[in-house]
Amino acid sequence: MAFLEAKSLHASYGQTRVLHGISFAMEEGTITALLGANGAGKTTTLRALCGMVKTEGEIRFGGERLDGRATEDIVRRGIAHVPDGRGTFVNLTTEENLRLGAYTRKDRAAVEADLQRIYGYFPRLKERRTQQAGTLSGGEQQMLAVSRALMLRPKLMLLDEPSFGLAPLIVRELFSILRTVNEREHVSMLVVEQNAAMALDLSDHAYLIETGRVVLSGTADDIKKNDAVRRSYLGY
Amino acid sequence: MDAFIHQVLAGLATGGIYASLALALVMIYQATHLVNFAQGEMAMFATYIAWALINIGIPQLGIPPLPYWQAFFVTVVSAFVLGVLIERVVIRPVENAPVLAVVVVFIALLVILNSVTGWMFTYTIKTFPSPFPSEIGFGRFMSPHEVGAIGVTMVVLVLLYLFFRFTPLGLAMRAAAQNPESSRLVGIRVGWMLALGWGLAAAIGGIAGMMVAPIVYLDPNMMGGVLLYAFAAALVGGIDSPGGAVFGGFLVGVLENVLGAFVIGNELKLAVALVLIIGVLTVRPSGIFGKVHVTRV
Repeated sequence: MAFLEAKSLHASYGQTRVLHGISFAMEEGTITALLGANGAGKTTTLRALCGMVKTEGEIRFGGERLDGRATEDIVRRGIAHVPDGRGTFVNLTTEENLRLGAYTRKDRAAVEADLQRIYGYFPRLKERRTQQAGTLSGGEQQMLAVSRALMLRPKLMLLDEPSFGLAPLIVRELFSILRTVNEREHVSMLVVEQNAAMALDLSDHAYLIETGRVVLSGTADDIKKNDAVRRSYLGY
Repeated sequence: MDAFIHQVLAGLATGGIYASLALALVMIYQATHLVNFAQGEMAMFATYIAWALINIGIPQLGIPPLPYWQAFFVTVVSAFVLGVLIERVVIRPVENAPVLAVVVVFIALLVILNSVTGWMFTYTIKTFPSPFPSEIGFGRFMSPHEVGAIGVTMVVLVLLYLFFRFTPLGLAMRAAAQNPESSRLVGIRVGWMLALGWGLAAAIGGIAGMMVAPIVYLDPNMMGGVLLYAFAAALVGGIDSPGGAVFGGFLVGVLENVLGAFVIGNELKLAVALVLIIGVLTVRPSGIFGKVHVTRV
């Protein structure tokens, strides 16, 4: 039984169909990438997993159906979504943003420990803990979004374009932290990326999506070697 | 000079009441981006509940008339429940409706609450007791009720501040009002947070109603003027700023009293609120502490 499995997902915004029967699966503890160009339906796929867009089809997480459930209930099953646009609570402080990530948790002492652990990963956030989150730089807000998701102690993290708008050096730092979190804490990750090269370096498996369908799937290494992918997405 | 000090202090007492009601307006504004025109009538209805509890009790349940503070407590809880119910039953269905539709719903609520109260309790003006003993007055400067009303307002404001600033639920309510989508993604039940916000706003309004009723007397239209001052207060402070609303409330209370007593006379007092509303909207629409909204075109 797959850890996360989507079967023929369809989704539309109003009259416009965006997903035309996407199917994929991922194993526990792995990092899986969804690759594709603008408008391929990557963000919508993540939104569908979180119940943020109406879908047809089947989504199973640990064998349990997720489709049709409210976002708040999906989060309570241990799925943390780092959304497109970062989703910062701009008028709250950095630390309040982080505490909100742990909103559903009852183990207060562990939440405090996690807060310190995350400040260890991202010292910049500690420096800015009492600052209004809206005043953080784009890179810092992306780190905040990832950290807020980690505060849930998720089983699965959905990351929507974590590299978007970040300087290459910061992307590398962020991705290495994601790798550490995956290895040390066994958090599974589903990453949506336009930056295919970075995503393939990070991930174990990958799916290539074009206009709302999966057109290719395999291990990250196989996908890297695929000629069509190399020409269209890796650019060499 | 004594007369002036008296007017300023009396202004602070009513100002506190405006501040509470303005705060209730701001809370609902932050969640819905609309001004709840029915806020005053909700407060008035709660005050009638208090009046009935104090004077009649609940004969249907065999409950005799209650002492003031018990009635006060029961009223605050009933107002809270009523606020939650109004949000769930009336406001929820128009959540995504156009602005005008929601405004019409607010106005309908206002008229319905007003008429229902008139039908239940008649439109005859009633007196409403003050719970404060005469020892706490400051003689020529402040009446016992004025001192007590300031005290109650302060307690309410401090409790609200502590609640929103330091409790996880308060934080979740602020988050839900600001960014519903991100709030859902951390597991906050946004719909319930909004309902809770309405409940709190209604409870605060109920307290404001009970504090102002001994001054303006109890009748179904008692909150008309008070709500106008509260609008002015919220706008002066900045409609999206809770602290600003409180400041605006005290400012409007003092201005209203001082101008009414020494400059324009009591008949024109209400005009102060209207002039403030128009003045703020034309000169500085975001108020003193409000955020200036910039839209890309």
